[in-house]
Amino acid sequence: MAFIEALTCRECARAYPAEALHVCDYCFGPLEVSYDYDAIAAHTTRESIAAGPRSIWRYANLLPATNDGAVDLGAGFTPLLRADRLAAQLGLGELWIKNDTLNPTGSFKDRVVAVALARARELGFKVAACASTGNLANSVAAHAARAGMKHYVFIPANLERGKVLMSAVYGHNLIAVEGSYDDVNRLCAELASEHPSWAFVNVNLRTYYAEGSKTLAFETAEQLGWEAPDHVVVPVGSGSQLTKIAKGFRELARVGLLDGDPQVRVSGAQALGCSPIAQAFADGSDYVRPVKPDTIAKSIAIGNPADGIYALDEVRSSGGAFAAVTEGEIVEGIRLLARTEGVFTETAGGTTIATLAKLAADGVVGRDERVVAYVTGHGLKTIEAIGDLGPTATIAPTLEAFEDAVDLEGDD
Amino acid sequence: MPKVRIPTQLRELSGGQAEVMVEGSTVADVLTALDAAHPGFRGRLFDDAGKLRRFVNVFVADEDVRFLDGLDTKVADGQTVSIVPAVAGGCT
Repeated sequence: MAFIEALTCRECARAYPAEALHVCDYCFGPLEVSYDYDAIAAHTTRESIAAGPRSIWRYANLLPATNDGAVDLGAGFTPLLRADRLAAQLGLGELWIKNDTLNPTGSFKDRVVAVALARARELGFKVAACASTGNLANSVAAHAARAGMKHYVFIPANLERGKVLMSAVYGHNLIAVEGSYDDVNRLCAELASEHPSWAFVNVNLRTYYAEGSKTLAFETAEQLGWEAPDHVVVPVGSGSQLTKIAKGFRELARVGLLDGDPQVRVSGAQALGCSPIAQAFADGSDYVRPVKPDTIAKSIAIGNPADGIYALDEVRSSGGAFAAVTEGEIVEGIRLLARTEGVFTETAGGTTIATLAKLAADGVVGRDERVVAYVTGHGLKTIEAIGDLGPTATIAPTLEAFEDAVDLEGDD
Repeated sequence: MPKVRIPTQLRELSGGQAEVMVEGSTVADVLTALDAAHPGFRGRLFDDAGKLRRFVNVFVADEDVRFLDGLDTKVADGQTVSIVPAVAGGCT
């Protein structure tokens, strides 16, 4: 793309060409896309963005690929909902929900996959692949089908039925691996070396893929009338999404789309059954000790998070916090968001809402703050998790049966 | 004498050897001896401040030294010190 300068090692700053590279040969640090921000600033205005498509591609100048119509399923530009009833319940002031359940395959992964596969096609790849906790598998399989690419998608064998089905429906190949996501990830690292002609979106294309999450910040700022929020709460598996949301707000300021230098506090949400980064935060540690995941929040069940230390840095330097919540709190988070705001999310979203509740109760998120909570996956993906919900009553088709069964409490 | 396992990415420094025997009673000693025997390891494993690079993991008897005593972790005769680059990857 015109505005990429290079890929740069996040650790030792060595520069690499913008190819399918993700790790520094010298020090093994991850690579990051560097841009010519002055050129982007010269070519990008609020008006030029507003005139763009209603998808992530309205921010193409700040992405490391150009819109490839063949891949595009319309990812992004999801609603930002003012959430006054939930705010009242949690004792907060101005609260917004970024409803990213409304993507083509029902999660924010469509943002990163659209960018990764657009870049993959620019680099000449014909085969798409990924290591996934479920949502990514759904998205890679769908976008590969859309683009007419072959695909190999790898998931842990114990995933929710909906996520398995939503990956399998797009055709071959879906491979279930006996083990945790961390086992799947290790296998895919080996497979990526064996099959360098495959575009593993979150292995050899990870540098580009991760950039797609910046659009969560870009949209939020645009939807708030080109202002940054005071505080964001983000679900954390690998930590990539959180670091890229923070980067997204900084980039908008860098290219002059936001006034001043926004100070966005960034907080991370984890499930207690897989909370290595929240634990490192609580311990004041600079390292993230890997754990074995055991939680219903499978989409964020990553025991050895690739961007864990960067997520820690980002949360600490912004004055945010990490918190971890129990399985029961996650389920209650799902139900609370549905009851108060009409948004049905999967377990990762339940984790975000439960963490927001906890941080609000602890006074970490303040009443005077403009808060955005990122709800990044649809509830139909994890129906097993919410337990035995059913009708208020099951009745014979008569008026009498209805009146016997339901207390109308003056609802006429 | 402790044994150091070298990952494929660093075997250019060890003349292609996957395992190198060196003297030393702590991780710091062992890695210093490794660099003396095969110059070039220091820069790849440590940053300018002398700290282990963040994406280089070192294990003694299968335990990450960051969660033992770091570079001061004791290494017994015959124990294996493994250098393992962190695997990049992951989802959310």
